[in-house]
Amino acid sequence: MAKSMRCMLAIWTAKCLRKGLQVLGRNGTHLPGVMALRICPDLLAQIEKPQTIIGVTGTNGKTTVSNLIGDILQANGIDYVDNRFGSNIDTGITTALIGNLTASGKLRKNLAVLEIDERMTPRILPHVHLDFLVVTNLFRDSYKRNAHAEFITDILEQTISDDTTLVLNAEDLISSHLKQQNARCYFGLTAENLPVADRENIIQDMRFCPVCETPLVFDLRRYHHIGKAHCPNCDYGSYEADFAASAVDYDTMKVTISNHGEAESYHLIGRNMTDLYNETAAAAVLRSYGLTYEQVEKGLASAHIVESRFGEIEAGRHKIIMNLAKGQNPIACSRVFDFIRQQPGKKAVLIMIDDHDDNKYSSENIAWLFDADFEYLADESITQVIVGGGRHHDFRMRLRLAGLEPERIFSSEQPLETPELLVPDQCDTVVVLYDLYTYDESIAVRDKLKTMLSEGNAE
Amino acid sequence: MKIEILYPEVANLFGDMSNVKYLRLCLPEAEFIETSLQAEPAFVRERVDMIYLGAMSESGQRRVINHLMPHVEILKQRMEDGVVMLATGNAMEVFFQSINFKGEPPVEGLSVFDFMANGNFRGRYNGLVLGTFEGIELIGFKTQFTRAHGDNAENAFFKVERGMGMHERNPMEGLHVHNFFGTYLVGPFLMLNPLFTEYLLKLLGVENPQLAFREEVMAAYEKRLTEFHDSNVAFEY
Repeated sequence: MAKSMRCMLAIWTAKCLRKGLQVLGRNGTHLPGVMALRICPDLLAQIEKPQTIIGVTGTNGKTTVSNLIGDILQANGIDYVDNRFGSNIDTGITTALIGNLTASGKLRKNLAVLEIDERMTPRILPHVHLDFLVVTNLFRDSYKRNAHAEFITDILEQTISDDTTLVLNAEDLISSHLKQQNARCYFGLTAENLPVADRENIIQDMRFCPVCETPLVFDLRRYHHIGKAHCPNCDYGSYEADFAASAVDYDTMKVTISNHGEAESYHLIGRNMTDLYNETAAAAVLRSYGLTYEQVEKGLASAHIVESRFGEIEAGRHKIIMNLAKGQNPIACSRVFDFIRQQPGKKAVLIMIDDHDDNKYSSENIAWLFDADFEYLADESITQVIVGGGRHHDFRMRLRLAGLEPERIFSSEQPLETPELLVPDQCDTVVVLYDLYTYDESIAVRDKLKTMLSEGNAE
Repeated sequence: MKIEILYPEVANLFGDMSNVKYLRLCLPEAEFIETSLQAEPAFVRERVDMIYLGAMSESGQRRVINHLMPHVEILKQRMEDGVVMLATGNAMEVFFQSINFKGEPPVEGLSVFDFMANGNFRGRYNGLVLGTFEGIELIGFKTQFTRAHGDNAENAFFKVERGMGMHERNPMEGLHVHNFFGTYLVGPFLMLNPLFTEYLLKLLGVENPQLAFREEVMAAYEKRLTEFHDSNVAFEY
């Protein structure tokens, strides 16, 4: 496609800007795209794109799956472009694709892995043709942007190209029914030693059959609406997985993925069930793309969950777990709360997930707290819940509704003061929950905890 | 005391079901009836004391309207009889004449109120609201695609002091007809507004309302009131 002068100007400007930002020590993954789209609004349509593009979208897990795919490609020396260090909206994707062009606008790499915000697909997918699209799952998310799961489903239904091969979660009744006419494969978990929900979550985005309104029967429920379900009145229900994690061994950290019935053994990247979904999704798309079993295993053998999302350190007899819990995302928080509950021993939880932007200029809509399953934190193994930040009164209210006694709830306006509220003798593990906004503060809290607990234990 | 929750499998968005959970704690003796799409509403066969309907998706609105339409006359009768009704978020629109989205066929509502909801999926409104109802300061959050059009000068739920009412040029929010309370505010409305909840409990015949963990909800209420009165706090996201 012939590029306009405006398009070339946008490319050059973005390239110069990115170089300049990098000289200043910044990633330069957002602003160049913003400027480029300002100069040439239809730039995404005009620029040359890699021959093969793998997209990853969904409510939760898209960053992890995208990174895993990238890690596997990289481990095998396969050249690709991605937006790993940039945003997953149109500007970040524009920046990534411009980075893949020479000064004359020619392609450098012929494969792209793009993490795409599901809400932003109308701005991206009409111009960027995806060969494969992984949809990790669909849930309600940010009320402000995403409204509800049906709204996002309708958007994807309208924007996904008819000739994109879909890689879908067999155990998500929402995303698994997307674009029924498209080529597809399903991933899922069939291993018998995996946890199933022992209580109903607050958010259940699929409770009844969308065809005949009969209440769905869940044959197996992992969490929220994720699991296997069927309608007792019509043929609506879950699909069978083509790529199924059929055996998981946490001692050897191995997972067997049944690829259309053929067993393939892979290194297990994490102990969390969501890690397993993410790993199976990454393996499914790359095996479908054409990588061999050996290539995928080679990549997974060295892959790990990035430290900005999860980390563990020892502090004397205590363990400190750092876990990302995205604010305003009730599903992500519920999954983390459940994970904490399942950890062995007595736990104290420090929460610092106020929304930075909302609270800076306005007052955060805290309704999402009431969709998140704080009830998990009422478990008797949780000795304290300590909340730091301006919204601590709201968290107190929510924790009381979840059944926590006032004696277990502590709070401070200042996140950095939360370690002082900890009663170390009561717990074995301290879990610090932070948002991307509060990462730096969480590191300071972690260091303070480490010093405090190490000194305390030494005494 | 009987409290009917209509269609919780559909009308449960934006944390609205926390209102039910809180009511259960404040009214431990009350009987709560959860009516599903498969069942006939309890208010059809008996007089319940309160009906609650929470926010839902647009397809959820169509389902709820279809299910309530055969019972609309008795619903109106219950309203005139003084049954307490609370509709939060876009649940109020179910009772309108129509719900209209740009580029979509109009949806006929229950026509209990002479109002229309007009919306556009490309324009979502997110904001804060501060208002006054019978001397009680009300606070909350809006997140919606629609604006409501009609005349509620005489029967608004409350006057908006800051934020948006039924639409940008109408500072009157919601509807208050007999004991029907409708508002676009979403989420834990009853916990966010403990003084209104006490008013509501009195309306239900509770002489000396005892709010669950009143100390915590009042602390959150007072903190939020201070913020919402702060002129530096933006009321639209």
